[in-house]
Amino acid sequence: MTHSFQTAFAEALLDPNASLPRGVISHNSAEPRKRFAVYRNNVFAGLADALEARFPATCKIVGAEFFKAAARLFAAKHPPRSPLMMFYGDEFPAFLAGFAPAQDIPYLADVARLEMARVRAYHAADAVPLDAAALSAIARERLADLRFVLHPSLQIVASDYPIVTIWAMNSGAMELAPVSDWHGEDALVVRPQTGVEIRRLPPGARVFLQGLAAGEPLGAAAALALTASTNFDLAANLAALFAGLAIEIKDEPIEVPPT
Amino acid sequence: MRASQLPLSAGAGFKPEHFEAISAAPQPAGFFEVHAENYMGAGGMPHVQLSFLRENYALSLHGVGLNIGGMEPLDRAHLARLKKLCSRYQPESFSEHLAWSSHGGTFFNDLLPLPYTEATLASVIDHIDETQTALSRRLLLENPATYVRFAESTIPETEFLCEITRATGCGLLLDVSNVFVAARNHNFDAYAYLAAFPLDLVGEIHLAGHFKTTDEEGAPLYIDAHGSPVIEDVFGLYESVIARTGPLPTLIEWDNDVPDWSVLRAEVLAVQARLDRARSRPVAPAAA
Repeated sequence: MTHSFQTAFAEALLDPNASLPRGVISHNSAEPRKRFAVYRNNVFAGLADALEARFPATCKIVGAEFFKAAARLFAAKHPPRSPLMMFYGDEFPAFLAGFAPAQDIPYLADVARLEMARVRAYHAADAVPLDAAALSAIARERLADLRFVLHPSLQIVASDYPIVTIWAMNSGAMELAPVSDWHGEDALVVRPQTGVEIRRLPPGARVFLQGLAAGEPLGAAAALALTASTNFDLAANLAALFAGLAIEIKDEPIEVPPT
Repeated sequence: MRASQLPLSAGAGFKPEHFEAISAAPQPAGFFEVHAENYMGAGGMPHVQLSFLRENYALSLHGVGLNIGGMEPLDRAHLARLKKLCSRYQPESFSEHLAWSSHGGTFFNDLLPLPYTEATLASVIDHIDETQTALSRRLLLENPATYVRFAESTIPETEFLCEITRATGCGLLLDVSNVFVAARNHNFDAYAYLAAFPLDLVGEIHLAGHFKTTDEEGAPLYIDAHGSPVIEDVFGLYESVIARTGPLPTLIEWDNDVPDWSVLRAEVLAVQARLDRARSRPVAPAAA
């Protein structure tokens, strides 16, 4: 009986047109709609705030009023499934991609995907990155065969739009200005220590890192990257790998004794 | 036995935006309290900050998502996350709410009310037993701020809480602001509520700001908003409590429209001054 009551209460929370759940009263009313609405408002305002905390640049792009309205529609459709509110809104970028009033901002969903990755990186497991000394300890002829474990916070967000630039301009990292060079950008999101870094990946780097993440040895990942982009710069990408992106070298080739 | 190991002094709800100010110098706070769910990520800055608080202050872990007042079984995965946090940080206190927040797989991110009946009492007791067993520690249960009542309720809230403590051995977190808000919203006497409240089981007190509006009948409706200073009427209720109990760990909660640390720090000092006055006075005999 109480269980069914709770079901009615829960349904009425998410549906503003629902009638008051049976048995909800107040000292002065048998139908305290405004009092019940406090709970409904708490739920929606709380969820909109949680989305704004996770997607602040997305909010800046569309403005607070538009964002709140979109967030409330999203929340009614996709209420949280977990009490970990910092991860609420995984479906929000896809929701924005299909959200008719946002269709004239085609890059909006990709910026939201970048922000989603940013929060994931913020909370990702800690790991100590390899440093340049680890690179110099490796014999050059062995490099191509080595496999790397990438930092657990590392994510790549590819886009047909200049999302790193747009994100930077709407997060306070860069002055807001017209984007002079409008082309797709691949974003690297990583947290080598406690600060999340968001960088624009150079040509081929996305394929290179994705290859390494898939367990390809360095040589094969570099070959894939070169196929994808003739401008792939192996030296620069290796330097980056040993400056926060890799945490472990694995699958060292078996030492063959000299004959 | 005391209901919690927190120091008998004033503390503050921790907000990450205050970390720089708090870590720059020793603060006049006996303890800090965090919402457990905000520290359930794997790593990064939240754990750096919580480790700092742990090393330098007494720590209260306050859950907002366990759904103790829900009629469905507890979320075992969530309980396991709480256990991990308690093991890692060894807080002086763990507390949760007499409320529900999840149902049918949806988390509502709010503390929702429940009717007080024999059936809900049995369910809450089961959930607290399960939690205390899983965490191997006694929890403090917080009285709620509510806006509606239930026609099916048959047990007064203070009696409901007493029954829970008797059956589970848990302690209580007395939120004096919630008492004030609920008393105004449901037209009862807050002092009479406190006279019936088992103060000897209180391991922590919460104080927070609220705001006032009206319902469609024009009756006052107080909202527990945690976004403003504690008002004198609430401090009056609080002083009546500590006059009876002596000093208790007392937390200032400020979760919305969070001001600079200096403002929250001043509130902590104002609470500490009241605790110091209570300490210097003999404890009044309990009301008969």
